[in-house]
Amino acid sequence: MKDMTQPRAVPKAINWNRLQDDKDLEIWNRLTVNFWLPEKVPLSNDIQSWSQLTPDEQTLTIRVFTGLTLLDTIQNAVGAPTLMQDAITPHEESVLSNIAFMEAVHARSYSSVFSTLCQTTEVDEAFRWSADNEHLQAKSRLILDEYDATASPLRKKVASVFLESFLFYSGFYLPMHWSSRARLTNTADLIRLIIRDEAIHGYYIGYKFQRGLERVSEAERKEIKDFAFALLFDLYDIEARYTEQLYDGLGLTEDVKNFLHYNANKALQNLGFEALFPDESCRVNPAIMAALSPGSDENHDFFSGSGSSYVIGKAEATEDEDWDF
Amino acid sequence: MAGLVFFSSRSGNTARLVERLGLEALRLPQAGPPPELDAPFVLVSPTFADGEGRGAVPKPVIRLLNNTRNRALLRGVIAGGNRNFGATFALAGEVIARKCSVPVLYRFELAGTETDITRIRAGLARFWAAQESQTCLTQA
Ligand SMILES: Cc1cc2nc3c(=O)[nH]c(=O)nc-3n(C[C@H](O)[C@H](O)[C@H](O)COP(=O)(O)O)c2cc1C
Ligand SMILES: [Fe+2]
Ligand SMILES: [Fe+2]
Repeated sequence: MKDMTQPRAVPKAINWNRLQDDKDLEIWNRLTVNFWLPEKVPLSNDIQSWSQLTPDEQTLTIRVFTGLTLLDTIQNAVGAPTLMQDAITPHEESVLSNIAFMEAVHARSYSSVFSTLCQTTEVDEAFRWSADNEHLQAKSRLILDEYDATASPLRKKVASVFLESFLFYSGFYLPMHWSSRARLTNTADLIRLIIRDEAIHGYYIGYKFQRGLERVSEAERKEIKDFAFALLFDLYDIEARYTEQLYDGLGLTEDVKNFLHYNANKALQNLGFEALFPDESCRVNPAIMAALSPGSDENHDFFSGSGSSYVIGKAEATEDEDWDF
Repeated sequence: MAGLVFFSSRSGNTARLVERLGLEALRLPQAGPPPELDAPFVLVSPTFADGEGRGAVPKPVIRLLNNTRNRALLRGVIAGGNRNFGATFALAGEVIARKCSVPVLYRFELAGTETDITRIRAGLARFWAAQESQTCLTQA
């Protein structure tokens, strides 16, 4: 606990040439080369596509994006900074400061979409909607309560991985859905940049969680695992209702729920835990999967037996010297 | 059945998948010299590309395959990854396949699902059986 009468200790200057954990540098390098800004994406090419959505579809899209903005705002202002206090290595703090900044970029990008495609009044209305939306508020509350319960660094990381790797996906579904129908494809490109960042965030915080878990007693490990599954159940309940509210109108609720199950399992894997939802409940429309990773399914693989063609490269005459991939 | 060799970084997803397969497998060391293999093998490797697709194949895997004898024994690759990385999903598999002219046998996300485990087990059994009968034919 912080003793308020003591002056703050002067931190040690960070030396990146002395690492306690190689992952810190690996992730730092990847995050920094992946850096981007919304100006990189030609959002204005979506103006025509936007005008072809119905008013209801437009309202839904703006609302979904304000919901996503809220999560990025929380992660920028509270999530990443609060994890910094628990950092084991100084390099972890630096990585988290990069994560914090990218969350601000993500939050800012949604406003770029809005200013390119939408009317100010519609956007203001949607921000009011999200501030009043009981489900968005409830999930934020659950996460923030963990961030504020400073006693357990491990619980904070669980909450943070669920935000990064689970809570965003009820929202991310919609731009992937539009993209699979050749709508708002530039916006989808921007969202894919965000999804990629969130994947590294969830991975890294989950990785640090696993390192932390190794340091505690068996009893405590069990307690944290029980906590994680209980929190996921609570969040899932909220997400299911939020999903119905958003997607019943488009008839997509069932598919979005499958997408939620699929992502919940991946969030658990980031924490090093086994899946919760059975595979049958995770079968997402293949068009959505293809929209997530465009172009990567062109070659069938051998074991799926789905096609005759599978990647078998032509032998490249490689010298050992140029055998760097 | 012949060999299974894998790399998994400290996040351990690939290791958890291989453990659930329940097959004997050799884990590549994070650092230091690679093992010298003496039998045909299938490689399981995760992907760690940057946004442009560079650096997809982990260093320990590169070191393994830089040894020409090891490379000659490689029969196929199973690639790990995460679809959230978009176009570079499981890219390590493709890069290795191209460089070594072997097939990408399968791709999975993180530590895999139950379906993945079933498919990989069955697929490996079929694959090695097919390899065996091929060798018999060429020897006959
Ligand atoms: C920095 C970083 C970059 C990654 N890049 C990719 C990628 O380009 N494509 C992909 O499919 N997965 C990518 N992944 C996901 C990993 O392949 C995945 O998390 C894998 O399960 C890691 O395996 P391991 O835990 O056995 O080391 C990346 C992960 C990290 C941390
Ligand atoms: Fe974000
Ligand atoms: Fe994030």
